[in-house]
Amino acid sequence: METGQLTVAQRIASATAIRRAGSALAPTTVRGPHWDSRFTVVILFLPPALLLFTLFVVLPIGEAAWYSAFNWNGFGRPTNWIGLDNYRFVLETRAFWLALRNNGLIIVASLLVQLPLALALALMLADRFSGAVALRMLFFMPYILAEIATGLIFSFVYDGDYGLVASIWRAFGAEAPHLLASTATAMPAVLIVIVWKYFGFHMMLFIAALQGLDKTLIEAARIDGATRSQTLRHVVIPLLYPTIRLSVFFAIVGSLQLFDLVMPLTRGGPADSSNTLVSFLYNNGISRMRVGYGSAIGVILFAICVTFAFTYKRWFMRDE
Amino acid sequence: MGLLRTLGLAAAGFLLGLNAVTAETTVKWLHLEVNPAQVKIWEDVARAYEASHPGVKIEMQFLENEAYKAKLPTILQSKDRPNIIYSWAGGVLKAQIEAGVLDDITDRVKGYSDSLTPAALAAFTSDGRVYGLPMAVSQVGFLCNKELMAKAKVDPAAIKSWDDLLAAVKSLKAAGVTPIVVGGADKWPLHFYWTHLAVRIGGKTAFDAALRGENGGFNSDTFQKSGELFKQLVDLQPFQSGFLGFKNPQAVGYFGDGKAAMTLAISTVYHLQRALAADKVGLSEDKICWFDFPVVTGGKGDPTDTLGGINGWLITKGSPPEAVDFLKYFISKDVQTRLAGGNYLVPVVNGADSGLNNSFMKLIAANLANSKYHQNFYDQSLGPSVGRVVNDVTAEIAGGSMSPQDASKAIEAAWKQGN
Repeated sequence: METGQLTVAQRIASATAIRRAGSALAPTTVRGPHWDSRFTVVILFLPPALLLFTLFVVLPIGEAAWYSAFNWNGFGRPTNWIGLDNYRFVLETRAFWLALRNNGLIIVASLLVQLPLALALALMLADRFSGAVALRMLFFMPYILAEIATGLIFSFVYDGDYGLVASIWRAFGAEAPHLLASTATAMPAVLIVIVWKYFGFHMMLFIAALQGLDKTLIEAARIDGATRSQTLRHVVIPLLYPTIRLSVFFAIVGSLQLFDLVMPLTRGGPADSSNTLVSFLYNNGISRMRVGYGSAIGVILFAICVTFAFTYKRWFMRDE
Repeated sequence: MGLLRTLGLAAAGFLLGLNAVTAETTVKWLHLEVNPAQVKIWEDVARAYEASHPGVKIEMQFLENEAYKAKLPTILQSKDRPNIIYSWAGGVLKAQIEAGVLDDITDRVKGYSDSLTPAALAAFTSDGRVYGLPMAVSQVGFLCNKELMAKAKVDPAAIKSWDDLLAAVKSLKAAGVTPIVVGGADKWPLHFYWTHLAVRIGGKTAFDAALRGENGGFNSDTFQKSGELFKQLVDLQPFQSGFLGFKNPQAVGYFGDGKAAMTLAISTVYHLQRALAADKVGLSEDKICWFDFPVVTGGKGDPTDTLGGINGWLITKGSPPEAVDFLKYFISKDVQTRLAGGNYLVPVVNGADSGLNNSFMKLIAANLANSKYHQNFYDQSLGPSVGRVVNDVTAEIAGGSMSPQDASKAIEAAWKQGN
């Protein structure tokens, strides 16, 4: 039973890590007894992966970089070469910095609220007791919901006239605020939805890791007279470090990709106060048919993601 | 047995199909209409055309509004592009003409085009060449709720100047009525205020001058003053609570529910509010009033000038001649009279307005006929990029996060940055 769970946990962790890293070149790590068979494997498996990777990752990125040097509305061929002006325009746009700030806020909220919450719940629910599975399912539920559906549901919840929030405020005799309609409250309201939606996912990661822990270490600590909180601090959490690092990685990458939750909630508004980088790209690039400008945002976003992914892997996830 | 018969039929069909290939032309028609009643009429027209023109098939395709705008450049450059596409004219049309993705249909509509309202046709004409045909026109103005206006003792017919409007807002607020509902999250309903003020203050000359970059372009006095006057209204807090979070359909429904006294809207909202009201009944005609956008004292614009939409259809490059032929059939007096009869639109074909059987629609048609300067929506006429900046900054003025001066500067900067 123990070993079975260990492999499941490991499998989840390694499979997701591979997927996130976008490492389509994985087959090269296969080790065969002879060089010949390794070579055959490479010959057989590398070309399709390389082809797909080139077609759907490398080429579009190169194309975006190329377009970003043009003032182009998407019709015909791009001809109006403007060099790096699009990058300057992006950096001069106030909404870009707001979007960047919002992405930062999402990361902060994930690290300071979401992950501790997920960890606390995981520590409570990892043990077997009646109702644990039901509770786990309950907390995991928001993660299963589609982002668009979640956004729509919460735009009703937050509605200042008919929403749940409105009726709670009215129960206290106050006039309900329109949370999504004010520059001060729109982003916090979005953050709450993000935490609500994704904490269950991180909780599941932690539960999987907790169940895979070597129980003998915990028993040893207990025999040595460690209290529950000491065991937690000095044994359990250090053993969870790999999962925590993975979880942080997901939270940050997720923040950089966030789009479909924002659109139904606020569309980045009011006054760009709740844009993320991707919704900023959509609102200012695609829906304005400024392909060059949008591409420049895309390239900047790509640079941020790549820098982050490589630094993070190098510094924090070396052993995995 | 069944299989054999199917195979036989398929083979027969294939043979017939071979025959038909030479004769059959398919005209692909991409539209955005979401009102099923109107689509039904369009379908009937298409079937009737097919019946009277053997060998031609009209294939209707649908895309949602925003999706259409985003996909359009790609669609137009694909080999499988539709032949007839929807258009709001303006800057987007200009970009399409320059890119050479449209058919010049000037010669094929010669004679026929005389039956169309000249101003509407002009929106689809560039350098004397015709690239599309108009289908409908609309006017932006204030719809009001008679009961709520009466409650605050405001006479809508007496609201003639901008100051009258401000006074009306004050009276409505004093009477505890929400003066104006607006779908601020969509931004464009807010841009009507700023742009219609510019139409009133500067008239056609100011807009044309701005396009040419004269007097500081969109940063000229006219546009700064539009922002300032809009700010006067905003400072009275005339809108429903949380207006920046309301999408347009919600706002229209709010008006239909009788929760606000006025809304600045496209004339089609007169009928749309019923469908979007919570009870699906909305306000009956005897409860709705309408007044034109108030004039600004000292403004150079003529009081009869109008702001509104001009919608129509374009023919894409390399389309079969049947596409233009069908379009002429679709935008004919007969069909336009039917659509006018259903109050779906103010028609553009001469004489089709006789089909209008509703006093409100007749009024709008008369207004548009009298208008010497019909300004197309800014967010269309300035093209998608600058147009959206206009929407952005007007929403920011309304939200109090941008000054009127900075707003005009931002638009001028976007205009200079170009599309």
